[in-house]
Amino acid sequence: MSDYLVQFNNISKFFGKVIALKDVTMRLKKGEIMCLLGDNGAGKSTLIKTLAGVHKPDEGEIIFEDNKIVFDSPKDALDIGIGTVYQDLALVPLMSVTRNFFMGREPQKGIPFLKTFDVEKANKIAADRMGQIGIDVRDPSQAVGTMSGGERQCLAISRAIYFGAKVLVLDEPTSALGVHQASMVLKYIVKAASEGLAVILITHNVHHAYPVGNSFTVLNRGKSMGTFQKKDISREKLLSMMAGGEELDKLEVELQEMDRIHNKN
Amino acid sequence: MSLKSKSISSKSNLSEDERLKKISPLRVLLNRPELGALGGSILVFIFFGIVAGDTGMFSAYGMLNFLDVSANLGIIAIAAAMLMIGGEFDLSIGSMIGFAGICIAIPAIYWGWPLWMSIVFAFAMAVLVGYFNGIMVVKTGLPSFIVTLAMLFILRGLTLAITRLITGRTQIPGLRVLIEDDPLAWLFATDTFKWLFTWLGSLKLIELRTDGTPLATGIPPSVIWFIALTLFATWILMKTRYGNWIFASGGDKVGATNVGVPVGRVKISLFIGTAVASTIFACIQVLDAGSADTMRGTLKELEAIAAAVVGGCLLTGGYGSAIGAAFGAIIFGTVSMGIFYTDVDTDWFKVFLGAMMLIAVVFNNYIRKKVTESK
Repeated sequence: MSDYLVQFNNISKFFGKVIALKDVTMRLKKGEIMCLLGDNGAGKSTLIKTLAGVHKPDEGEIIFEDNKIVFDSPKDALDIGIGTVYQDLALVPLMSVTRNFFMGREPQKGIPFLKTFDVEKANKIAADRMGQIGIDVRDPSQAVGTMSGGERQCLAISRAIYFGAKVLVLDEPTSALGVHQASMVLKYIVKAASEGLAVILITHNVHHAYPVGNSFTVLNRGKSMGTFQKKDISREKLLSMMAGGEELDKLEVELQEMDRIHNKN
Repeated sequence: MSLKSKSISSKSNLSEDERLKKISPLRVLLNRPELGALGGSILVFIFFGIVAGDTGMFSAYGMLNFLDVSANLGIIAIAAAMLMIGGEFDLSIGSMIGFAGICIAIPAIYWGWPLWMSIVFAFAMAVLVGYFNGIMVVKTGLPSFIVTLAMLFILRGLTLAITRLITGRTQIPGLRVLIEDDPLAWLFATDTFKWLFTWLGSLKLIELRTDGTPLATGIPPSVIWFIALTLFATWILMKTRYGNWIFASGGDKVGATNVGVPVGRVKISLFIGTAVASTIFACIQVLDAGSADTMRGTLKELEAIAAAVVGGCLLTGGYGSAIGAAFGAIIFGTVSMGIFYTDVDTDWFKVFLGAMMLIAVVFNNYIRKKVTESK
């Protein structure tokens, strides 16, 4: 038995001639938060979809609890416990908290053919679960549209955990949020990990990733630039490793050059 | 960690209490989709109570009259509302009514089928048409507006062409004699609670004919169907898993699919629902009139959608209610009949219908903004 809950070994994905991912390796232990960093176009979306079972990797293997796994559909990934929360969250603003929480997996009661949606039970579970993360849902029948962005993100994460996720894949959970809301979501992610989940946090925001992450994998142009433990790397180094870093350095040099020429004239 | 989460929860407890005070019961009511239609119905009743209170509109006979019209519209409006909540339209409702009518009449009159078999045949055709509409919309991803508009023309054309081909006419009379003793037709052709009306008549509480029998003889089948369908649809929407799937499919197709809602199947079943409701409408009208007419149901699809919209359904899907659509139908039925009891020219009915719809759409839009407003 290896230490790792889930391993993605040497994953590659090609779309025709385009190499979207090449030899990306990520290994997570229980309770670990791995941040996947990368600029736009680095291959983050493709990697998420491969983790979630939407794409099949062309090379490499996925090992979950020491078993080699092949996903044929997103449902397979869900079934073994890889819960993906996409950026759009799969929440319907016009529907209530409860109805969103149990969307597609409603608890039922009653006799066969006349089964009803057990709204009371669902309301109770939804309110409980939201309460556990410090969001007091006054009325679980209130529309999700009335919740803040951070609360919605927490609802979507909470839903994934409730329905059996052992590995959480979070796609840019803080990108659309303000500082306060983002910290609420990050706190929740830390809490989830402390309860034994493995979390893959996809983001391009180092400032959000660094405080919560245990390890960091940097993607650039479809390739992994390596995985680093927190003690081995600084925030600044991470930032410069993401494609922006080097280019920003170059930009700075060019600007200085321009300034110099300008001052001469 | 536990300390941290405690501090957030106590904080939100605090803001929670502040919010609690602001929400009045009125606001809760305002957030229900059927509120507008309920208010509208009350206003309409008050209006006609004042303008036409002494004209016989609110006698037992008069009331059954406008209830019958409302109920007929309501049957299709409820199905249209459920489809709209599921995020689609059906413009072929009216044509389906005409088509179902001849599906009953031609086999019964020209092919010698028993009436019940023709009725079953009509419902089978409805399921086929609904399935076809649904699968076209789901598989091609085309807007249902276009797909069902095509079906509107196809069905009306088929109805005319087949009827003229087989009968040489556009009307098929002679069904009335077949209703008696038929094992199925009574479902669509029986007045109920006759004893109540006879009793009320014997007490001289309701208007009588010159021969002493009451003018209003019983509750028409349309009203029973209307009530039953309203309750059934409301139960589905509010109390079943399938109901939740309907809201989800209309609210966010992609999101619903991602969490495992079978959006395609939900939509197809809703299209079958509108076609079947059209056929119930056709059964009631054809058996009541004793004849099928190729033009029956013309423009009913628009009235059904209008009633659903007045009832609080959003055109974009994901929001609405069956009870709302039922009240929407009651508003239209009451006004279309009530206008006869006033001095107002009946031509004004359509003006009212249009104005009512505009007000409803503006109101619904406002409600949606309120509901989806972020803090």
